[in-house]
Order: sequence, then structure tokens, then C-alpha cells
Amino acid sequence: MSVTLLDIVWAAVGAVALVTAVSILGVSLVWLERKFLGRLQGRPGPNRVGPFGLLQPVADGIKLLWKEDVSPGPSAKVLFYVAPLLVFVPSFVVWLTIPFTRDLALRNLDTSVFFFVAFSTLSIVGVLLAGWSAASKYSVLGGFRAAAQLVSYEIPLIVIAITMVALAGSMSFVDIVEAQRTVPYIALVPLAAVLFFIAGLAEIGRTPFDIYLAESEVVGGPLVEYSGAHWAVFYLAEYGNTFLVGALTALLFLGGWSWPFGTLPAPAAVALFLTKSYFVTVLIFWVRGTYPRLRIDQMMSLGWKILIPLSFVTLVTVVVQRFYGWPSWTLTLMSLATLALAAWLQTRLQGAPARALAEKYRRDAVVVQAKPRLHREAPAAAKVEASS
Amino acid sequence: MPGDGFALDWVTVAVTIVVGFAAMGAAFLANAVLAPRRPSVDKATPYESGIRPGPLGWSQFNARYYLFAILFLIFDVEAVFLFPWALVFLQTASYVFYAMLLFIGILFFGVLYAWRKGVLEWR
Repeated sequence: MSVTLLDIVWAAVGAVALVTAVSILGVSLVWLERKFLGRLQGRPGPNRVGPFGLLQPVADGIKLLWKEDVSPGPSAKVLFYVAPLLVFVPSFVVWLTIPFTRDLALRNLDTSVFFFVAFSTLSIVGVLLAGWSAASKYSVLGGFRAAAQLVSYEIPLIVIAITMVALAGSMSFVDIVEAQRTVPYIALVPLAAVLFFIAGLAEIGRTPFDIYLAESEVVGGPLVEYSGAHWAVFYLAEYGNTFLVGALTALLFLGGWSWPFGTLPAPAAVALFLTKSYFVTVLIFWVRGTYPRLRIDQMMSLGWKILIPLSFVTLVTVVVQRFYGWPSWTLTLMSLATLALAAWLQTRLQGAPARALAEKYRRDAVVVQAKPRLHREAPAAAKVEASS
Repeated sequence: MPGDGFALDWVTVAVTIVVGFAAMGAAFLANAVLAPRRPSVDKATPYESGIRPGPLGWSQFNARYYLFAILFLIFDVEAVFLFPWALVFLQTASYVFYAMLLFIGILFFGVLYAWRKGVLEWR
């Protein structure tokens, strides 16, 4: 079977439609986030441009296109201008294999989960280049932080993806969703859903993991020096990625477009899938409105000492259950037991260093009080002598 | 249906990559056409809260994450092995299953070793 010119034209038409769809989704998220955060903080949010402020992100986009494009004099110009593309394009390309319903995807690849993992890793290079090429201290620092963070949280994300592949027996999102026709996987492996959500938050650099973007520490990290359309592309990539995490969570854990009461007609199925994705996305915004930022060492130890071991435990439990053909409720049991064990260990260990330090201070304080005060009068007398 | 439409799959991927670059390139072009251009020395200095910045950001750097990056490489290579295994471990001989469990165990031990050695502390 050979590829004709017509195929290529149709692929291009589909890709243009996909760019448009992802841009519209991203723009809708900008509005949703500002409005939702506003309501969380007891203020109305954007409400001037258009009904309910709906046109605010459009106005922002137009403003960004009209803004002068400034780059620092000493920056590496080519890398500086290519870096936003290297962040946006990999995250956009992943969308071509995201099925909105059974038959509505640009291309249902057989290996779509692997494709997602492979391409989403690429954008780390873009963030690092953006940070390095701007020749600003803050952006270089932010770029290095981003590399450390994204690399660390990639592992639990990949391991959970492998777990879901093992559970469904297929790397295609369509097959994974079809396998959840009766029971969504969040009921079977709740721990995996939690881990995927947390690792996803870190991968897109949202609060509490916005350590490489932190305004109060590295003033926007790799994005400090960007303005105009280049900054807008970063912004679009960020919101596209946010919705991607929502969509992936919906596909892998919430049953995508399917629900347990029979098959839905195509438009309703798309609506259901989008509802689930928006639900997870709003959850991400809610986390942003609620939690403070982690410290960088806390972030690294959370990734390496909690998420990675737990994700491997999840993988092994799923694989063992499948291999020995245990009933599926044992999977839920094992997942919840692991979660409970981890929570118990965490509450036991969490305060341990602080408690040890408090104990040390208490001991030291006793020693200080036991010291005799010998020179209490002497310095005062000396001072009087010196002044006279 | 492996094989069927394989070429079309990857042609679509290539076309999507090109369209992604082109769409954002169009945005850059629009910006270049629409935006004013009034360069000045002060605009071209890197950001430093309004004061003159010190030496370049490209001075020598203590890349603290390089051990993490090496560990990541190990896990990423492992993922390449794990993906096909996760697809076929039910259909192949059972020693494939046990061998991969052993492999995961060794890697997990590796993480514990790195932890014990203090590599996972951010200093």
C-alpha cells in the first residue's frame, strides 16, 4: 500500500484542523482558569471583554501579536527563536493520536501510548534550550531546574503508562478505552491514577510543581526574556499540555468516551470525553488555587523516594495479578493497601527530622541554662572606665 | 491490524510535525509584520530588576541534576524494554515474566542503593 498525494493533502487538512482545535481548547482553558481561580479567591475574574469575559483570551492573543519582540543582546538568537517551537510541536504532535471518540482521531496509531511517551519527552530539550539561550541568569537557572524536574517525573509517568498497557494488553488508546467499557480503571488501580495525576502536574509545571517557572524565585524561569508571539507559543503549549494531562487521565483511568450503560452516539460520546477531560483539568486548576509551591529538594525527594517506588510497586502488582489470573478485585485491594501503607509511612516519617531537631534544641537549652554567668558585672565596669 | 496503513501513519506524523512548525511560524511572521520595532540598548540587556546585570548567565554552572539525569537514562532504556514486554508477557513462556521481574527488582535495588548513597539528596 503506497501513500498517494491525496492522502498527504488529507493529512495536512486534518493537521490544520487539529492545530485549530488545540488552539481553541487552549484559549478556552485560559478563560476557564482565570475565571475559576477568580471565583476560588472570591473575585469575579475577567468580565469586561465579551459576555462573561469570554473574549478576554482572544484580546490577549491579539495584544501579544502586536507586541514588540525583544530578545537580549548577548542571547544565542537561533536557539532562542527555535526553542518555543521545540516546546510546542512535540506536545502538539501527541494530539494526533488522542481519540476523541472511537473513530475521531487524526490517526489511531497502534503504539499510541508509546508515541505519547516518546514525543512528550522531547519538549524537555526545548525548555532547557529556551533557558540556556537567553543568556539571563534567571532563565539559565530555570532551565536547569526544569531539566531536573521534568526528567525526574518522566519516570513515574512512563511506568504508570506501561502499567496501563499491561492491564489493557494493548498500546492503543482505543483498545484501552474499550477495555474499560464496564469498569473504568480508576476503580481497579486508584493508586496509579493518583500517581499519574501528580506526575502529570509536575510534567506540565503547574502549581505545586511550578518550581522552574517560579515568579518569586527565578522570575518566570526559561520564559523571562520572551515576549510577543514567542511567549504566546509557550503559553499555548502550556495550556495544550494541561488539557493533554486531563485527556490522558480521562482516557487511561476514567473510561474516555465510554460509560457503563451501553454505547453512546458519536456526538454524545465526544461530549462525555470532553466533560471528563475538563473535569480533570478543573481539578488541576483547583490544586493551583489551593497548594503552595514545593521547595526544590522536597520536589526531587517526592519524585524519587515516593512516586518512583510506588509506581514500580503498582506495575508489579498489576503484572502479577494478570499473570496468575487473580480476580480483579484483588487489584483494587492491593492498590488501596499500597496507598494506605504509603500514607501511613509518610505520616510516621514526615515529622521525624523536625522532632529530632526539637529534641536536640531542648537538650542544648538545658546545657545553656546550666552554665554559670561569670562575667556579668565585669564588662559594665570596663565600659564605665573606658568612657571616663 | 499491524502493517495496514503503517506508511500512512508515519506520513501523517511527519505532516503534523510540519503543520505544527508552520502554524507557529505563521504566528511569528504575523508578529514580525504587525509589531513595532524600536530597538535600544536598554531593551537588549537581560532582565535584572531594572539594574545593570552582572556577568552573563553563561558563567560556569554546578549542574546538580546530572546524577539524576544518568539515573533517568537507565530508567528510560528500561522503559524501552518494558513496553513490548507489557504487551506480550501473557502470551509467551513464563520465564519471560520472571526474567523481567528480576530485571525490575535489580533496577529497584539500584534506586535503593542510590538513595542509601545519598545521591537522591538535592544539595
